[in-house]
Amino acid sequence: MTLDRENISDRLATVGYVADRDIATALWLMEYLKRPLLLEGEAGVGKTEVAKALAAVHGAELIRLQCYEGLDQNAALYEWNYQRQLLAIKAREGENADAIEEHIFSERYLLERPLLAAIRRDKPPVLLIDEVDRADEEFEAFLLELLSDFQVSIPELGTIKATSIPRVVLTSNGTRELSDALRRRCLYHYVDFPDVDREAKIILVRIPGIDTALALQIARMIAAIRKEDLRKVPGVAETLDWAATLAGLEIHDLRHEPEAVHETMICLLKTHEDRARITREVSERLLGKVA
Amino acid sequence: MAPMSAAATSRPGESIGGPTRRRLAAFSRVLRQNGFKVGLAETRDALALLALPLAARPSALRPALRSLFCATHSDWERFDDIFDAFWRGRGLRQTRTLSGSPTDGRAPLRRIAEAAGPQGPAGLPDHVERRHDGDSPGGRGRREGASRFDNLAATDMRHIVDPDDVAQTHALAARLARVMRARLVRRERIHRRGRRLDLRRTIHRSVSHGGTPVDLAWRRRKIKPLRLVVLLDASGSMSLYTAFFVRFLHGVVDSFREAEAFVFHTRLAHVSASLRDRDVARAVDRLALMAQGIGGGTRIGESLATFNRWHARRVIHSRTAVMIVSDGYDTGEPAELAAQMRRLRRRCRRIIWLNPLIGWRDYAPRARGMQAALPYVDLFAPAHNLASLAALEPYLARI
Repeated sequence: MTLDRENISDRLATVGYVADRDIATALWLMEYLKRPLLLEGEAGVGKTEVAKALAAVHGAELIRLQCYEGLDQNAALYEWNYQRQLLAIKAREGENADAIEEHIFSERYLLERPLLAAIRRDKPPVLLIDEVDRADEEFEAFLLELLSDFQVSIPELGTIKATSIPRVVLTSNGTRELSDALRRRCLYHYVDFPDVDREAKIILVRIPGIDTALALQIARMIAAIRKEDLRKVPGVAETLDWAATLAGLEIHDLRHEPEAVHETMICLLKTHEDRARITREVSERLLGKVA
Repeated sequence: MAPMSAAATSRPGESIGGPTRRRLAAFSRVLRQNGFKVGLAETRDALALLALPLAARPSALRPALRSLFCATHSDWERFDDIFDAFWRGRGLRQTRTLSGSPTDGRAPLRRIAEAAGPQGPAGLPDHVERRHDGDSPGGRGRREGASRFDNLAATDMRHIVDPDDVAQTHALAARLARVMRARLVRRERIHRRGRRLDLRRTIHRSVSHGGTPVDLAWRRRKIKPLRLVVLLDASGSMSLYTAFFVRFLHGVVDSFREAEAFVFHTRLAHVSASLRDRDVARAVDRLALMAQGIGGGTRIGESLATFNRWHARRVIHSRTAVMIVSDGYDTGEPAELAAQMRRLRRRCRRIIWLNPLIGWRDYAPRARGMQAALPYVDLFAPAHNLASLAALEPYLARI
């Protein structure tokens, strides 16, 4: 199934993803060149959402691999079911050792992990490799191999070839420099915080029933807060939390409720330092500017 | 690398004329000169894109080519300018800057200095000094102090002016960086004691014992190697030492697997990539150009702020030592410097401040900037000669 660029744009809108034009191009290009897409950007800009939207556009399953320090092939690719293997060995005690070995290292005892699952589906899924920068360099090298060959070799079982080539989206928060090889293998897109209009649209889509004017006010306010020197810049998820809170308090105009605005900012400011920085005066000043 | 690339199968560019091809090749070249990693695969895919109807509209072509050609955030930020300059206004593509325009913390557009040919390393330090002529206090005219020293390592670098001695000092600096690294690695191996059970192999081995795990397989804990992040002050007041430290930096980046280098005066530039050049002379020369002061004094606080804001998260992990090489003469606000040092302190394992002035007689860290930074520094050490650098090695090994 190939879609052209406009088509992808439209489909993203129907699945409730408010896209900027460039991300639609990147997703189309990914389809056209059959290359993985590397998304970079600050935490909370909505990188993971892109993968979810892509899965929804293609009606495909989303398989997610969350990377972390020390992630190894056991957790990412496959693992043997040790408990069942031990039981099987006990149950077959006395039999020929070779036969037992062949039995316990068969598909029945194999536990699929995300990477193996992604290449063994009938219909190509979307494989999201989240925060790849958290994994070690060794894992990255292994990933690179998988992404170019789409086959996996399991020593006890043999080589497993992909039945379907997944669409691969990688995200990185930039906590570590990724290798040039991985970068070159992928298309690149830098995801920025949405601009005011787009953020307002996102609020409208995600929080049904909210005032258009309020959504715009919130988006402007968030944009102003992001310009402050904060340790943790509020992401889109925080915006949505805050918007939901304000809507829940039945606030219709931020200007009339400076108290509530300041108090509900705990949805946005998640460190003590940031909280101290945005004092009541600061929040009123920001409010005065945007609302 | 890209076996199932659509472009590869459909033989791209059949319908594309020679001029467009040449233009694209030229564009790839410009990107490469600006530090983009553009390979054949990218150019081929781009050719395929140009053959599509979408290529007629720059508004659609630009984001497509951007996704294709960019690999990092700094590529991403510079791409639009380069694209517009190249495709929309010929001739503008010469407007790259080497270190000139202060574009807050972004990697400057750079062009590989073609001029830096087979120049010997001895010619380089002169280069740097000359450029600093204007603002270096007593930068020249110290020739009367030049004489041969038996032990270059103990000599203050200010006093090494004979080209041969300079070359030798630089070679020593590079070697020192390498030796430091070798020793550090050896110490790490000895410390590796953490072990944990490898279940997969244990089960495999237990088969022959009827499922009883007699023969246990162990895994070793992996220890992250120490990462060294060096921030080098390249301001006018440091100019007597800059050439030497640039050389040391090259040695560090070249031999430590995990090392990052930054240079700052009024702004901060990430220079690891430039230093990874195999050709030492070219790398050092290019860096010397980047490190050129542009006047206006040293902004240590602001440079650290840039570092904390844009680079720290990526280059600092739990086993990172940050080494700041500076004389502490800061023209910015001491309060800002202190605040940034505090932020940095929280992130990294150790802060080492190397100050060439410590080697001078009767030196006391009285500069306001130095005073502000000192409370956050773990090790405040001299760095006026090679012996003082060598003395760091045991300290680094203990971290």
